[in-house]
Order: sequence, then structure tokens, then C-alpha cells
Amino acid sequence: MSRKESLGERMKLSWREMPIAGIMFEPGSSVEYKTGDWRIEKKPLIDQDKCIRCMICWLVCPDVAIERVPKPYKNYQESLKEDYYHCKGCGICAAECPVDAIEMVEESRVVP
Amino acid sequence: MYRKKGVFTGEGVIPYAGEGSTVTVEGAVCTQVGCAYTGDEAVAYAAKQCDVDVVAAYPITPQTIIVERFSDYVANGEVDTKFMHVESEHSAMSACVGASLAGARVFTSTASQGLALMHEVMYLASGLRTPIVMGVVNRALSAPINIHGDHSDMMGSRDCGWIQLFAENAQEAYDLTIQAFKIAEDQTVQLPVTVNLDGFTVSHATESMKSLADEDVVRFLPPRKPVFKVDPSTPMSVGGMALPEYYYEVKRQQEEALRLSKPVVKRVSKEYGDLTGRRYGFMETYGLEDAQAAIISLGSTCGTVRSVAKRLRAKGKKVGAIKLWMYRPFPTEELVSAIKGLKALAVMDKAISFGAPYGALCSDISASLQNTGIKVKILNMIYGLGGRDIPPSTIERAYKDVLQTAKTGKVKERVKFLDVRE
Repeated sequence: MSRKESLGERMKLSWREMPIAGIMFEPGSSVEYKTGDWRIEKKPLIDQDKCIRCMICWLVCPDVAIERVPKPYKNYQESLKEDYYHCKGCGICAAECPVDAIEMVEESRVVP
Repeated sequence: MYRKKGVFTGEGVIPYAGEGSTVTVEGAVCTQVGCAYTGDEAVAYAAKQCDVDVVAAYPITPQTIIVERFSDYVANGEVDTKFMHVESEHSAMSACVGASLAGARVFTSTASQGLALMHEVMYLASGLRTPIVMGVVNRALSAPINIHGDHSDMMGSRDCGWIQLFAENAQEAYDLTIQAFKIAEDQTVQLPVTVNLDGFTVSHATESMKSLADEDVVRFLPPRKPVFKVDPSTPMSVGGMALPEYYYEVKRQQEEALRLSKPVVKRVSKEYGDLTGRRYGFMETYGLEDAQAAIISLGSTCGTVRSVAKRLRAKGKKVGAIKLWMYRPFPTEELVSAIKGLKALAVMDKAISFGAPYGALCSDISASLQNTGIKVKILNMIYGLGGRDIPPSTIERAYKDVLQTAKTGKVKERVKFLDVRE
């Protein structure tokens, strides 16, 4: 089984195709397991204009739901991005942001 | 009197297996040794001959002799086994699961409260598909506290996903233990197996039996070839969390493995029968060709039932008897086909399934008959709780009831409690 066929992709496997006893025959596969499907009510949305790249949200996130991406934006060399595959919607990032750059928005809101 | 190379008999020493006289069994291809063992000793001796890698067990009456005898083998250097002294049955079963995942051939044994304490980990053993063989010396569950034989312990754990075999006597306990390893470790099965023997009635009664030579056991049961094993060179995650998206599929797969163990049990028992002349399978029937009424039971009671049936048949009564060797997976089709010609069947349950319509075995049989169109009247008889004696006279009364039902087509009492003081 290749690494591409991670647990996330394996979700459609029938019981006949599942590995015996649900054993994962490759190490370190948990990073590929998308755990954000049970997020509660709201999700964070980062305003790239307000954000000062202080990394406090990245630091306080209890999961790995804030990502640093090497995408230059105005004066900044990098951007911060929400990872909705892992975000559980706890809102700690929004509460801790010193410049109120993170807003918790409705789950149904389409984000760019 | 107990000697290092003899069995406890009270008086005199009966030859230990290996020292006894060799006997030839009709239909067998291997020479066997006549010996005298208690049920517990027979199981310990079978485990020894199966060249077990790890034993993790905790002593409890009436299983104690199995663990004692096996530690003798270890102390005497007669086996190459890691004996793990654990602090409880919960730890014993946990250690067995770990050892089995590492690819070892694993044996353990328990009874009653010990089995109840293992209950949680037994689901892990089957869910993680670890072949483990466990001798369960059936004993009543507290309260009130009682050390004697009934099936409350195993019936309480019957849904654990283990293959469950029941032995009538020491010989069967020995034979089934050897076969259990081969069934458990089969590439398609990979499931744990219990070999049940009745507390005291089988576990502590010395019986004459026949054992195989070590080399014949090795030939029948080569070293285990694990389907997978935890090993630092091939890292893997075992026992991971499976939320609603995965759990159901893993469990469905496990159920299929248990169902598919039936042909393996059949194949292994045929192979063992060809070697030893003693033939096993899912069940043994007696007199069912022309019987109108029969009794079905598990374990040591089957011997009493069969002997009473023999006597009644000599008097012209059309009665039969069925002994179930394999309780899980339940031999549904085979059993239905065996009992379809009967007018009435009494099902003996040595445990109460509290609040249920019937005892556990009777519920399974009634459910098996559902939608088959076969109209066999079913009587459920609860008996022998806490080691209450089950003499032939009781079985005779049971046959009287079931013959009456066969004649009239009427069931007087759905569930009868045999020999309880009213």
C-alpha cells in the first residue's frame, strides 16, 4: 500500500479490503489522517491584511490547524493559512490573536 | 503422594506419560502412550508438547494444576518457554496479546472470576486477531462464592469473538488443546481459542487416556508462521483508534474470520482423526438415526447423557444424545440438519442467562431453527449450577419429560430448573 493511499483516502474501503485487524502497516501515517470532520459550529478565517505574522495562533493551536505557507503577501515573506482538515473549531487562535485578525465564521461560509 | 515423575493419585503412582505402555489405537497411524491424567494435567501436557513460546497465567481454582504443572516443566527445563508471572488475569491476557502479536505461540489458562477479569482484554485478543489458546476450567461465578463447575464463566464471555471448544473428559481436553493451536494459528483464522473443561468433574478427575509422542505432535503442529508480527524492522501501528468510519468494517471482517474458521476446524479435526483415530468435529451424535427425543449438552454432562440414552435405547425408547464440541462459531446448519428428524429436544444449560427467554445454548438452538420450517419442540433445562451433582437419575427424568413432549407435542415448562429445591 503506497503512502498516497493514506487513511483519509482509504475511508471508502470495504470490510473485505481493510487490512487485518485495522492494522496500519506503515509508520507515521497519523499525519495523513484528517481529523477535522467533527469540527464544532465555527471555523477560523485569517484576515491577511490585519495579520502581523506574530505566530501566536500557530503557537497556541492545540492541533496543527495553522499552517505557515511560503506565499509572499505585501511586505511579508510568508502567510498563515487555516488547515480545516485538522481544525476542531475551538477558537483559541481567534481569542488569542493580538490584532483581531482571526474571525470565527459559520461552517457554511465559503472561504477563498 | 506426589512424585516428580508421577501423577498425584492418593495411592500409588500411575505411570507418567512417556513412561507408560505404548498402545495401538484402531484407525490411528501413530503409536500412542497409555497414561493417567487429570483434565488439568492433560491440558498442561498438551501445551508442553505443542512447544509453546510464552505462557502468561495466574493461578485460580480449579485451573491451578495447569499452571503448577506447566511451571514444573519450565523449572525442570523440559520446555523452552518464557513463563510470565503476572499479578492478575487482566495482565495475563494482556501479556498473551503482546506475545502473540510478536509472533509467539501463546498459551494461558483461567477459570471463573479470572475469566471475568480477562473479559475486557479477550475482546482485544480477538479484535487484534491474535492466535492464543486458553484452557478455561469452567467454574461458577460469584456471588455467592463457589469454586465448583458450571458454565456461567464461559457463557458470560461467549460474545468475545473467540472460538470456543468444550471437552467431555481428560482425553478430549488433551486432544482439543493440540487441535486448538492449529485452528487458531491457521492463516485464514488468526483468532484465539478457548478449550473448556468442567471444573473438578474433568479438571481434577484422573482418567486413563492416550497421549501422542512429542514428534507426532510436532509433525501435526509445526512452529507458528505468523501472518504479521510486530518487529522493529517492519514498523506498524497495531490497536489504533477506529472511529465510526472504520470500526464497523474491522468488526465485520472479524466476524467473517470466525465464520470461516468452521471449515478449518473441520479440516484440522479430520487430520487429527487420521493421525490418532480419535475423530472430532462440531458435534457428536448418538442414536439420532431413529430418535424422536434427544438431549443436547456441553462438556462432562454429555457422558452421563449418553450412558442414560444407551440404557433407555436398550429398553426400546427412541432417544438420542448430542454433544457439542464447538460452541462458537455456532454450527447452525449442521445442528439443524442433525435435529430435523426429532419431535422434541431438551437443551441442557449449565448457566442462567438472567432475564433471557432461555439459557444461552437453548437461545442459540431456537434461533437456528427460526425460518427453517422445522418443528422440533424445544425444552430448556437449567442444571448443575455451582457444581450441583447431575446423576443419571436426573437425566432419566429429563428424558421422561422430553419423551412426553415428543408424544403429546406439548411443552409443559419452557424452562425447567432441574434438581433445585422448590
